[in-house]
Amino acid sequence: MAIVEKQPLELGTADTVSYAEKPLGVFTRPQGGRGWRDWLSTVDHKRIGILYGVSAMFFFLVGGVQALLIRLQLAVPDGSVLSADVYNQVYTMHGVTMVFLFIMPLAAAFANYFIPLQIGARDVAFPRLNALSFWVWLSGAIFLNTSWIVAGGGADCGWFCYAPNSGVAFSPSHGVDFYAIGLQILGLASLVSAVNLIVTCLNMRAPGMTLMRMPIFTWMLLITQFLLLFALPVITVALFLLMFDRVFDAQFFNVDAGADPLLWQHLFWIFGHPEVYIIVLPAFGVVSEVIPTFSRKPLFGYEFMVFSGIAIGFMGWGVWAHHMFVSGMGPISVAAFSLSTMFIAVPTGVKVLNWLATMWGGKIRFTVAMKFAVATVAMFTIGGLSGVTHSVAPANTQQTDTYYIVAHFHYVIFGGGVLGLFAGLYFWWPKIWGHFLSERVGNWHFWLTLVGFNLTFGPMHILGLQGMSRRIDSYARGYGFEFWNLTATIGSFLIAAATALFLWNVFKSRRDAPYLPPPGPDPWDARSLEWSVPSPVPVHNFDTVPQIRSRDDWWHTKYGEDSTGKVVQVATAQEAAQTGEATGVHLPSPSFWPLSVALGLPLIGYGLIFNLWFALIGALVTIGSLYSWALEPVDDPDAAHDDHDDHDDHDDGSNDRAVDNSDSNEATP
Amino acid sequence: MSAETATAGSVTTSTVDADNHGEDHGHASHATSTGLSNTKLAMWVFLGSECLLFGGLISTYLLYSTRGNGRTLPADVFDIPFTSVSSFVLLMSSLTMVLALSAVNRGEAEAGRAWLLATALLGAVFLGGQVYEFTAFVREGVGFTTSPASSAFFTLTGFHGVHVAIGIVMLMSLFIRSVNGNLNQRNSETVEIVGLYWHFVDIVWIFIFTVIYLIPVN
Amino acid sequence: MSDTTTPTAANTGNVDEHAATASHESDAPSEDHAHPSDWAYVKIALALAVITALEVFTYFESVLDWGVALVPSLIFMMIVKFYLVATWFMHLRFDSKLFGRMFTTGLLLAVGVYVATLTVFEFFA
Repeated sequence: MAIVEKQPLELGTADTVSYAEKPLGVFTRPQGGRGWRDWLSTVDHKRIGILYGVSAMFFFLVGGVQALLIRLQLAVPDGSVLSADVYNQVYTMHGVTMVFLFIMPLAAAFANYFIPLQIGARDVAFPRLNALSFWVWLSGAIFLNTSWIVAGGGADCGWFCYAPNSGVAFSPSHGVDFYAIGLQILGLASLVSAVNLIVTCLNMRAPGMTLMRMPIFTWMLLITQFLLLFALPVITVALFLLMFDRVFDAQFFNVDAGADPLLWQHLFWIFGHPEVYIIVLPAFGVVSEVIPTFSRKPLFGYEFMVFSGIAIGFMGWGVWAHHMFVSGMGPISVAAFSLSTMFIAVPTGVKVLNWLATMWGGKIRFTVAMKFAVATVAMFTIGGLSGVTHSVAPANTQQTDTYYIVAHFHYVIFGGGVLGLFAGLYFWWPKIWGHFLSERVGNWHFWLTLVGFNLTFGPMHILGLQGMSRRIDSYARGYGFEFWNLTATIGSFLIAAATALFLWNVFKSRRDAPYLPPPGPDPWDARSLEWSVPSPVPVHNFDTVPQIRSRDDWWHTKYGEDSTGKVVQVATAQEAAQTGEATGVHLPSPSFWPLSVALGLPLIGYGLIFNLWFALIGALVTIGSLYSWALEPVDDPDAAHDDHDDHDDHDDGSNDRAVDNSDSNEATP
Repeated sequence: MSAETATAGSVTTSTVDADNHGEDHGHASHATSTGLSNTKLAMWVFLGSECLLFGGLISTYLLYSTRGNGRTLPADVFDIPFTSVSSFVLLMSSLTMVLALSAVNRGEAEAGRAWLLATALLGAVFLGGQVYEFTAFVREGVGFTTSPASSAFFTLTGFHGVHVAIGIVMLMSLFIRSVNGNLNQRNSETVEIVGLYWHFVDIVWIFIFTVIYLIPVN
Repeated sequence: MSDTTTPTAANTGNVDEHAATASHESDAPSEDHAHPSDWAYVKIALALAVITALEVFTYFESVLDWGVALVPSLIFMMIVKFYLVATWFMHLRFDSKLFGRMFTTGLLLAVGVYVATLTVFEFFA
């Protein structure tokens, strides 16, 4: 049987000290099992994916509640639900939460779960670093949100937090400190994850899986990881400058001392525009998997899809200043960035065309996943078109900081990103959990979401063009804003209802699962490798590492051509799929150290804000954990991996909770 | 490198060598799709990312280099002869680093150890020089909070200094491991990867030395 | 580096595919390249030292007036030093091109966006 020996990257400081049998003796080496502790020490990319997904959905609810508060405040003129100050905090944290704590980690959930499966690998290149990414991300997310409790409020400077508004003079609470430090922690998590997944995509592919045979979802995620890799250090610089200004009295954004606050805008948007593609490219990847599957056709123009993705990735670096047309950059800069922005619509248009051409003449099945995917294409196109109107500098001057912008980026981010990721949830749910989401409830979820979404954000185009500025906490009667604002508020509650339906669907489908036929390995008759293994996926992924002969290899395993060139089924999915019953598969051992390293980081953050002694303790925790990590062998010599079986079943089990509990009791170290 | 290719393990049985698996990246790993080491590829990818980090800090300093808030500019108190010497020291530490790797590759453990120690010492001399430079600047009235220019200067060189310090910690860890007899040809890739990091820190300084110190501000 | 073999191997029929994959994308590293001798490294270091001396020499304007050539020559010397360290000490000359591509992508992107930013600030005006 096959082994996959992983080589986790030992973090710098530590990877070098001689090996000790029981390092520091703090933790007994976790052995893997079903209890909750095994979720804390897991290095299984599928479990980490699930952890990302569940946490992301939690923060979706948090950000959603903040959105509802915003809409309640603006439902009628002179709203008085929130004070102006709290309103500032709520819309800031709504943006930060949705971008950094919902969409990015939900995309990371899919990336973690499906990249190794799609390229025929048993795990990512560095499984422990993968766990580190998640725990660091979670610690940053929790840190950011504790500002509501310990700092008396969230950041109040808007999600892009322009200087000098973000300075101590204009934002004296600690909210912005939490923003600056929290985003650095989140950025660290994404950076580690980006390095890990890039190496995974390049180095862990199954034999025969050339780059141009990689599934399109993996391709889009690979491009996303490169964007993260290069964009995050830029925001890190900006956040460091902001933090030094606020915590150590540096002068980076002090206009009185001669500083230029536009520096923040440039650094933020050099990161911020690639960030837009970081948000939508994963959803494009999902859509590009879902549409071919449910159209029963190969993706139209695979190469064009790949290269337009790469083109978007590159061109995304040359358009950032279109966020700053009114900042007084000068006509040449404005003209240059205006042109580059118009050009970036081209590769995006290529994608839309290819999705339509994939559906053209296809045998379309409108499952909920397909509906979400088609809606993604349509809604993103609207958002893309309003985006092109921004590239026209004179029009942009009128639109800047109005609700037209808010409408635009919600069509891109919600219409493009979130709907696409929902398509992914419905599409891959049976693969992850071994049962379908209910299509009936899903239909309701889809239509309510689509209607609610358009009711909420469609009217904002009109409001913006009527001159309603974003970020105002109330508006007076008589400007003609009343009707559309009330419509938007009603729409937002429809989205909330839809989300409640989704949660009900999750619960209900899990409850009903035992009474329904299992989905089997390949319920949708799909095309990529993850459908060649049982659902839910066994812990070792593949019994034998697959041999890839073509693009859409799994499809070609099932279908061939007869003598007349007609496509015929040569094997059913059930026959062709792996059984999931391998033994002797060697898997990387779990570890508590990634969690332990992550625990120190928020302490450092609190220390910088409140008392440097905390920072010292946090640094000791983190550095000590890094050293212990390095001293811990990659593979536990005591673990009996030679007769490994699926005791580590990642489905934590709707029908065996009792077992869970007893296991976790036994597992006390 | 050798590491990756020891066995085409993707379809072999597990051969876990209890003596040194875990620390020894190179051992018994399966061939990767590109034939390249995961760890080394990860380091190069990471260094690509670091370019954007230092680029941002350098640009910040360049933008602010003349904005002195009516006080002394960092550029006014540069001691070029002194900085030249410490730059030269860091440059030469790249030579000792590459000689360390070369010695470890040839199996000359003691020579390798000596070069590692020399590299760490040269790095420490550079850091000492930086600490001296910082205190001298503060004495001459250019502190961290004096002006945008000074904040940017200390942040940039401070970030670089922290990178050097992390490099020294890694080198000393390698040195200790070598003293314990756990550094040999088979795991020389670890030395190579620390070396990549070290050389990167050096080329960043090559950039900083020219762009920040030598090119006069108008 | 010591014992270098290309991914040949043993008990798998997959190897050919594997090798094909590798050469397809990344100019598979030739594992049997000869690493330069220590003397070659010392020569590079000497060259770096000489260039550094030249750089510092520009600082003493009384010796020679560089005029408008100053900044271009300084940047040229910097690039040469940068190139020598990256290609020789960091082995980019001898290693897989993929490593170099990862690094230069970051480097060129950094130069691109930051030069553009400074241009917008009229830094070079």
